[in-house]
Amino acid sequence: MIDKRVASAREAVADVRDGATVMIGGFGEAGSPIELIHALIDQGAKGLTVISNNTGTGLVGLAALLRAGRVRKVICSFPRTAGSTVFPDLYRAGKVELELVPQGTLAERIRAGGAGIAAFYTPTAAGTPLADGKETRAFDGREHVLEHGLRADFTLIKGRVADTHGNVLFHRTARNFAPMMATAAAVTIVQAAEVVQAGTLDPECVVTQGIFVDRVVHVPSPALESALNEAGASYP
Amino acid sequence: MSAASTGRTESTLGWTREGIAERVAQDIPNGSYVNLGIGIPELVARYVPAGRTLVYHTENGLLGMGPSPAAGQGDPELINAGKRRVSMMPGAAFFDQATSFAMIRGGHLDLSVLGALQVAANGDLANWSTGADDAIPAVGGAMDLVAGVKRVFVMTTHVTKEGAPKLVERCTYPLTGRGVVTRVYSDLAVIDVTPKGFKLVELAPGVAFDFVQERTGAPILRPTPRTGA
Repeated sequence: MIDKRVASAREAVADVRDGATVMIGGFGEAGSPIELIHALIDQGAKGLTVISNNTGTGLVGLAALLRAGRVRKVICSFPRTAGSTVFPDLYRAGKVELELVPQGTLAERIRAGGAGIAAFYTPTAAGTPLADGKETRAFDGREHVLEHGLRADFTLIKGRVADTHGNVLFHRTARNFAPMMATAAAVTIVQAAEVVQAGTLDPECVVTQGIFVDRVVHVPSPALESALNEAGASYP
Repeated sequence: MSAASTGRTESTLGWTREGIAERVAQDIPNGSYVNLGIGIPELVARYVPAGRTLVYHTENGLLGMGPSPAAGQGDPELINAGKRRVSMMPGAAFFDQATSFAMIRGGHLDLSVLGALQVAANGDLANWSTGADDAIPAVGGAMDLVAGVKRVFVMTTHVTKEGAPKLVERCTYPLTGRGVVTRVYSDLAVIDVTPKGFKLVELAPGVAFDFVQERTGAPILRPTPRTGA
């Protein structure tokens, strides 16, 4: 019998080591796995490299992980969303490293990493500062930039429904990076608002397949960054 | 204040910000798949002529995006690339980021409308960073959009708040992409980017050619069919 459920977010992230690379799903607050991130703050791993599109807002979720001083480096496309002050302050103080990647290149690097593709050529960013120092090659007379696949030790994502085999459905634009990130980590952890037995989901509709998922945590009423921020929350 | 808040170069001349949006909308064919950049380009959706249906793509994972709901309404996980709550139209579809950027990079989108810091006569675009030392660099999907979408329209004021031309011979800000801009819609004129440089398509009502040329950092060719525009 396969049952990937674990009892709590705390248990799910217990083995994240110092210096680990962690992919965290979400575009803004949509899809941000706040309960898993907060469990990671409690767990205490430090020197992390975080791969995520943004850097969080307010003092909760991803911003709280940064504020707790656990992150050495961020790989992302847009680190200064409105309401995001923690990352900009750390960055200006030289306390966190930034690797800025165009959003589509970030998605494709993660997809490639998960799909066993070491690197690929893309026209995106050719002739711009984000191609500086990178190998380039012309295809059909057009310059392309060599970009490397990304892999991680852990991926943390949020689903709407997961089954005991780790098949996942998402909610609207909360899907964003989660399906690729699920494929690209040694250990993929999903928090889901609803967890059902295998055989319940329509196989035609599964978005992320259970083979990519290692642990499923039931988080029945996941918090939203905007609601926490409106309430003036901070974590821990 | 007036230039910044109204989007006009001078208070009595040219198109308003809404006027530019309306002018852009006239040039988008029925059935187009369109990505509107965050901010001013979003206004274009309000002015699509009756009888035309466009399908809006937002790069965070939705085709068939509809208008934003009233403040406080809507779903916090149904948002656009600017992280504002939106709605979905009949026929909408969700997808992940790799698929979204396959649509963009793979040339499946007909048009992207973007803002600009500078556009050069060779079609180079700078719209993501001024390169200032204290700036937090952020790029999002801009470089992917200009690399992959079939046509890139730029919507912008003709000059900066300080009066400097935004249409220039060569961009001085960090590039978003090389040779990517198809056409510029400013408060003063519609201008194509051609192999020979900027070329006038249309002047805003009441605006003279010389007035536009004086505020442009590179020569503008006059339209071919007629002279003395």
